[in-house]
Amino acid sequence: MIEARELTKRYGGTTAVNALSFTVRPGVVTGFLGPNGAGKTTTLRMALGLNTPTSGSVTIGGRPFRERPRGLRHVGALLDAGDVHGGRSALAHLSALARGNAIPRRRVTEVLEEAGLAGAARRRVGGFSLGMRQRLGIAAALLGDPPVLLFDEPLNGLDPEGVLWVRGLLRRLAAEGRTVFVSSHLMSEMEHTADRLVVIGRGELIASESLADFAARGNRRSVAVRTSDPAALAALVTSAGGALEPEDDGSYTVTGLSADRVSELAFERRVLLHEVTARNSSLEQAFMELTADSAEYRSGGAR
Amino acid sequence: MSAMTPPAAEPRARFGDLLAAEWIKMRSLRSTSAALVAGALVSVGICVNSARSNAHLIERSTNPDQRTAIDPLHAAFVPEAFQILMVVAAAVGAATIFGEYAGGMIRTTFAAVPARRSVVAAKVVVVTAVMLVYGTAVAAASFGVTQAIYDPVRIGLPITAPGAFRAVAGSALLAPVSALVGMALGALIRHTAGTVVASVGVLLLLPRLFGGETYRWVKEIGNAMPVSAWTALVENPARSLPPGGPVRWVSRYPVSVTEAWLVLGAWALVAAAVAVAVVHRRDV
Repeated sequence: MIEARELTKRYGGTTAVNALSFTVRPGVVTGFLGPNGAGKTTTLRMALGLNTPTSGSVTIGGRPFRERPRGLRHVGALLDAGDVHGGRSALAHLSALARGNAIPRRRVTEVLEEAGLAGAARRRVGGFSLGMRQRLGIAAALLGDPPVLLFDEPLNGLDPEGVLWVRGLLRRLAAEGRTVFVSSHLMSEMEHTADRLVVIGRGELIASESLADFAARGNRRSVAVRTSDPAALAALVTSAGGALEPEDDGSYTVTGLSADRVSELAFERRVLLHEVTARNSSLEQAFMELTADSAEYRSGGAR
Repeated sequence: MSAMTPPAAEPRARFGDLLAAEWIKMRSLRSTSAALVAGALVSVGICVNSARSNAHLIERSTNPDQRTAIDPLHAAFVPEAFQILMVVAAAVGAATIFGEYAGGMIRTTFAAVPARRSVVAAKVVVVTAVMLVYGTAVAAASFGVTQAIYDPVRIGLPITAPGAFRAVAGSALLAPVSALVGMALGALIRHTAGTVVASVGVLLLLPRLFGGETYRWVKEIGNAMPVSAWTALVENPARSLPPGGPVRWVSRYPVSVTEAWLVLGAWALVAAAVAVAVVHRRDV
C-alpha cells in the first residue's frame, strides 16, 4: 500500500507536485499516468525517499521509506534504466545490491534468468541496449521479492517480446497480492495492463479510480460525418443544439447529438450524407481530454 | 517468483553487509584497479629512477664525500612521486562517490539501502582499508627497492634506521587521507571533472599559497596541509643537522612529527564526516 497525503514538491519557484493525495492498493496493477513533466518521476522519487517533499507525506506500508534501514525486501523499484554504473557487469551490479540487503546469491541468478539476462550476466552494463538495461532494472526490483513494486516507464526501449514479458510480469505480481505501481505517459501502454489509474497533470491529481470509471469520464460521444454540403449540415446541427467541426481528412465531427439524430436531421432537410459513424471516445481520448489543459510541453500546430 | 516474503522474515540490517556490498562495487570496476596499478608503477618508478641515478653518481665519483652528500631516504620518498600517489588516491576515492552520481547509480543505491549514512560510512571504511593497504604497498616497495639499489654503494638504510619506519608509515597514510579528501569533494561537487580539479587544488595547490614565513599564521595554515605533514614525516632525522656540513635552511615554524600525525588524522576525520553529512541531506 502506498499513500500520498498532500504531497508537495517545489524547486525554487516551480511547483513540480502540488498537494497530491492518492492511495495505491495491493492486488491490482495501478497505472500512474500523466503527460511529460506532470511530476510522475518526482512523486516516485519522493515515495522512495530520494527527494524530500517540501510538504505533505508519502508512506509505503505505513512508513516513510527512508526510515527503513534496508529497502529491497520492502520495495522493488525501477526508476530509470540508466541508474546503473556502466563499468560493472550485470552480475556485479546485482550482487552488490543483493549483498547489501542480505539477499542470498542464488536470488541474483534467479532474477537474471527471469529477466532473460543470464547470457549477458558477465557483460559490462555500459554495452547494454536500453531494452537490456530496462530488463536489468526490473531484475534489480525483483531481487528482494518485495510486496511493493514501483516502475517508472518500464516499457521504454523494450522489444515486443519484452513488452509482453513486462505486461505479464506486472499482472502476475499483482495477482500474487503485491502492490504494483507503474508510471507511463501513454494510455495505450496501460490500457491492457492496469486495473486502476492515478492520473496527474502539472503535479496535481486529475483522477484516482478504476480503469472503467476513468473511461466513462471521457465518454463524450461524437459522430463522424461525411457530407457534400457542410454548410447546410452545420446549420442543422447548430439549430438542434449540437456542434460541427471539420477534421483534417475532410470529414466532420458532430458533438452533442447522437448518430441517429444526425441522420434524421439530414434526411428531413435532404442533406446528403456519405458516412455516419458513431464514436465512443477511447481511454486514450479520455486521457487526452482530461490532461489537455495540464500538458506541460505541447507540440506546435493544431490539436 | 516465489510467494510473498512476509516483512517479518527480514534479517537484521548489518553494517557488515554494506561493507561487503561496497567491496563488491570497488573490485568490480576495472578502471579503479587500472588507476591504482598505474599510479603505483609511476610513483615507485620515479623513486627507483632517482635512486639509480644517485647510485651511478656515487660509483663514478672520485670524491669520497659524494656518498655522504646523498640522503638515502630522499630517493625513497621523492615528493613528486608521492604527489602523484595523492592525486591517484584522491581520484579513486572521489570516484566511489561521483561515479554513483554521474550515471544515477546513487538512486539505485539509496532505493536499495535508504540508510544513507550507513552506505557512505561503509564506502569510507572500504576506501580507507583498500587505500591503507595500497599506500603501505607503494611506500614499502619504494623504500625497499630504493634501499636495495643503494646497498651496493653502502648507503642503503634498514627499516630499523632512525625515521625509516616513520617515513614508510607516513607515506602509507597519505593514500587513505587523500582518498578521503577526494570522497568529501566528490560528495560536495558530485561532478567528475570538477572533483578531480578540486582534489588537485586542495591537496597540491592550496599548500603552495601558504608558504613563506613572513606571517606566522600563513605558514601555520600551510603546515596544516597533508602534504606538509608528509614532508615532515619523511624527513631523515639523521640528516636534519649535518655536523660540520653546509648550513641547511631551517624553518622558523617547522611542523613537528606529532603535529604531522595529528594533521593527517584530522584531515581524514573531517573529510569522512563531510562526505557522510553532505550525502545524507541532499536530494538525489
